[in-house]
This record gives sequence, C-alpha cells and structure tokens, in this order.
Amino acid sequence: MTRPLWRCVELGRRMLLAAGLAALAACGAPQQSSPSAPVRLLNVSYDPTREFYREANQVFAQHWAAEHPGQAQIEIEMSHGGSGRQARAVLDGLEADVVTLAVPYDIDQIAASGLIATDWRGRLPHNSAPYTSTMVFLVRHGNPKNIHDWSDLVRDDVAVITPNPKTSGGARWNYLAAWGYALRQPGGNAASAREFVRRLYAHVPVLDTGARGSTTTFAQRGIGDVLITWENEAFLALQEFGETQFEIVVPSVSILAEPSVALVDRNVDQHGTRAAAEAYLNFLYTPEAQELAAKHFFRPSDPSVLARHADTFRQIPLFTVDEVFGTWADVHRTHFADGAIFDQITAGVRRQ
Amino acid sequence: MSDRRSAAKRDPSWLAGALIALAVLYFVLVLLLPLVTVFAEALRRGFGEYFAALQEPDALAAIRLTLLVAAIAVPLNTVFGLAAAWAVTKFQFWGKSALLTLIDLPFSISPVISGLVFVLLYGARGWFGPLLDQYDIHVIFSVTGVVLATVLVTLPFVARELIPLMQAQGSDEEAAAATLGASGWRTFFLVTLPNIKWALMYGVLLCTARAMGEFGAVAVVSGHIRGETATMPLHVEILYNEYSFVAAFAVASLLALFALVTLAVKSLLEARFAQQLAAQRWR
Repeated sequence: MTRPLWRCVELGRRMLLAAGLAALAACGAPQQSSPSAPVRLLNVSYDPTREFYREANQVFAQHWAAEHPGQAQIEIEMSHGGSGRQARAVLDGLEADVVTLAVPYDIDQIAASGLIATDWRGRLPHNSAPYTSTMVFLVRHGNPKNIHDWSDLVRDDVAVITPNPKTSGGARWNYLAAWGYALRQPGGNAASAREFVRRLYAHVPVLDTGARGSTTTFAQRGIGDVLITWENEAFLALQEFGETQFEIVVPSVSILAEPSVALVDRNVDQHGTRAAAEAYLNFLYTPEAQELAAKHFFRPSDPSVLARHADTFRQIPLFTVDEVFGTWADVHRTHFADGAIFDQITAGVRRQ
Repeated sequence: MSDRRSAAKRDPSWLAGALIALAVLYFVLVLLLPLVTVFAEALRRGFGEYFAALQEPDALAAIRLTLLVAAIAVPLNTVFGLAAAWAVTKFQFWGKSALLTLIDLPFSISPVISGLVFVLLYGARGWFGPLLDQYDIHVIFSVTGVVLATVLVTLPFVARELIPLMQAQGSDEEAAAATLGASGWRTFFLVTLPNIKWALMYGVLLCTARAMGEFGAVAVVSGHIRGETATMPLHVEILYNEYSFVAAFAVASLLALFALVTLAVKSLLEARFAQQLAAQRWR
C-alpha cells in the first residue's frame, strides 16, 4: 500500500516538472516570432462590424499575398465589444495595431494618452471614416405600436431598447440623434431637448453595454417595442432573423454617424507593422472594400459606390455632430462625462 | 421508528404532494431545463453542424486555451492548497486566522473585481505596467493574464476542501511519525496524504470545473481576441453575439459535458470508496 505511493511521488515529481516546463513553453510561445511567421495585425473594433471585417480581412489578406509574393502572409485578428470599453482596453494595454471604433471621441481618448497622433482624423480621407451610418428604428413586424418618428418613442405604451452611452458608441449616436431631433422641433432649445431625452430614457427597460447586446435583447429575448440602432445593425437583424419578424422604420431626421479608423502609432512601431497597418486602412477606401461595406449595410464614403446602392440607403436629412454639438470633447463634457447630463437624467429616472 | 413514521403521516397528503411537486418543479426549472436547453439548442440543426462547430479553428483554439489554463491553474492551486492546509492545520502561528480569511477572499469577492485588480496592477496604466512594458512583458490581454485571473479565482477550492478534514484529523499521526524518526516529506507522503487523498481529489475536481468555466474575471483581462485569448466561456459569448447560436450552444454543451464528466468521476469515486469517505469526510 505504501510502497506504490512512494513510487507515485517520484513519478509525480517528474510529471510536475514536465508540466511546469510545458506550461512555460506554452506561455512563451505566443511572444516568439520567426521570420516566416505571418505578419499579424490586431484590429480592435466595436460590435456591429463583425461580419464586415470578417469578409474584408480575407479579401485584404489575399491582396496582400498577391502584392507581396514570397513574403510573409498577413493575418488579421479581431476583438469586438462596446466601443468605449474597447478604447479602454487599448489604453490599458491591449496591443491594437489599428482601432476601428464607433465614435471619434473614443479614438481621441486613446490619442490623448499618446498612443495615437492627435491629428489622426486628418490622416485619412473623409475624417478617417471610410464608411458612415445613421441611427434608425427596428420594430416588430407590422409595426404594432405604430412607431414612425422620434416623438413616438416617448409615448406611454412604448418600451425602447438602446445601449448605455457610457460604454457603447452606438448608444451615444442614439442619444445625440434624439437630442438633435428635439432641437429641430418648433421652439426647440437645450432645455426642451434635455426633457425629451430624459423622457426617452425613462422608457428604456434594459441598458446593455454594447449595440450587439441590445440587438440580442430586442430580437432574441423579445424585450421592448423598438430598438434604436445603427442602420447596418438593423439590416443585419432583418437578414439574420428574417424579414417576417421585424421591420425598419426610418425617422424623419437622424444623425450622420461617423465610425472612425486609425492606426495605433506606438503599437505599430513596436511591432514593426506600420506599413501593413497603413495598407490595411487604405484598403478600406478602395472600391472593392467600399462595395463590401455597402454589402454589410454601412454607407460607403465613396460617392459612386453609394450611388449604386441608393435604393438600400434611404436619403433623409442627416445632421453632423460638428454642426449641432461642436467638438467631441464638448459633447463628452456636456453629456457623457461623470455627473454630466446623461448621469443627471438617469439618476432622475431611477428616483421616479 | 414507527412513532416517527406515524408523526410524519399526520401531514395532510395534499401538503406532502404539493411540497414534493414544488421541489421537483424547482429542480426541473432551475437545473434540468437549462441543461436540456443547452444540448437541445446545440443539436437543433443535427449532429453534422454540431461537430462542424466544434472543429472550427477558433473553437479548437478556445478549447486548447481552456485546457491549458486549467492545466496550469489546477496544479498550482493543488500545491498551494496542500501547503496552506498543512500549515494551517498542523501548526500554530501568529496571523493564522488572517491567513484563513485571505484564502477565502476569492470566494467572497466578485470575479469581475478579481480581473480588474490585475488590470489595475499590470495594465499599461497600472502600478507595474510601465515597468513591465520596458522589458516587453505583457500580462494583461494575453494568455498570462487569463492564467493569473483563473489562478486567483480558483485559489480557495483545494485548501477549503482540505482544511476542515485535516483539522478534524488533528496532528497525532504526524506527531507519531515524527517520534519514529520520519522526515517531513516522508510523513507527508506516507501519513498525511493517504488520509486526505479523497478530499484532495474532490477539491481538485471542483477546482478544475471552476477553472474551465470561469467567465467574469477572465472576461476583464482577456482582450477577447478570437482564437487567441478567448477561453471557451468567452468564445461562447463571441459566437452568441455573432448570431451563431448553434455554434455558441455547441461550445457551451462541451463545457457542460466537462462539468458532467467531472461530476460523474466524483460520484464514481464516492460510490467506490464510500466507506473510506465516510470515515474521512467530517463535514
């Protein structure tokens, strides 16, 4: 009884040593890179771009292989999540080579820490927004609650699903779109807009952290009467869940959402991937990538590609953040910073 | 005996029935249905798609990473748990109750906090982040971070399983071994270990189950890179967010299967060694 145990001890000691070595080797492995290993780019993105980048990355990798014969292949890794949370992760050390986030402000935040040059917005065409979008409504099939415009969202019988603007980029566009709509109403001013937005958030039963979470809440779990979301996300939901379940309602006016892209200077210089990252971002502006963007329901920035898809993207008046709100730093300070208007109105909603 | 039975029979039969129904309903709603749902959703489009989902490269990478994390965290915490239980139960020293409380800490704090502390310590803007960065060491958003967070969360399992048993057993046998001239190691392997082996096995099983299933702490430190730093629970979330419900549930069912196997092994051990367990398990 006791003899075998002793033998087990000896065996165990050796196995532990082996396991420890194996673990060390496994831990060390991801850091090693040999010259023939593929060039790896990490694209840290927001929620609704999953399907677009999955396809765009493949096409880019093929182009890269064709243009650089005999050289290392390129592999693009993706990380998705709420835009604000993703920016935080990059600030905390997630080694993104490029960021493709929902809101320019999130990239500004990363730039403020010195990881990205502060003039990043001017480095690429169209304010570094290769594709744009706008915020629309997704309602249940047949539009049972008869929702046609922003004013219908604050009716007593309507439950609205939108994510939390503190963590989600899409949610910030939703919030600003609602604010801008209220400003444009007769007699609209900052006070009436604030009241409108407060009433809107009083109708929100679930505040998810990201746009995709909200879509799942609305579509999969069946909560709420209307989802305010990215136009592309709404189209995708129709495609995924079938047109017999939902329909899209385009409001009378909305916001021009400019999801932006930038390469993370400090990380690409550390990884030696600047050329590849630049090629990758420039690729997003090519007609081929613009077609892919349109296919995944992002509005292409290239006017000729956009014109080809005019029947998909309804033309409605779109106001920009620059026109209505000024800079993103102003927007953040006034609306989304700790203790700013969003915090004030949600604190008020909770007290009621 | 017969008295007690007649006393029990005095309860009206409808009450007994209602209570049993309630218990069964609770069991079915809370335990059985979710488990059945996982497998039903995973197999909704047949076995072909189920196995295809599990053989997808990112899913395989997630499975590999999960097993690797468990393979590192479980041995570490087994050694730590043994050492801690040994120290706490066989010796008297100053600060012992503080140590006991510390061991329990990962049980009582939220896993999200367990993850966040590592971001605050080793993140780029954390206490040691800039220093580590100089030497090109990356802890957060890498496999290392995932392992660290899992080690922290699963730290108490083995120790907590051993301490009550070893306390109850006392240190008489070890003292006897010492008087007979056995070395510390010899005492441990020939006296202590045989006494606690079932409790140890049980602790290791629980620790393994938790190491593979941990979501909260790992979600904070992972960076969510598909095929690289996504463990199985994180991969389930990614797939679910991509509307790949069948694939999400397929990976989830594999996790559930791991848990079921763990439980089966545990039950098997208990059934086979019921007597020894009864003699040893005091809790």
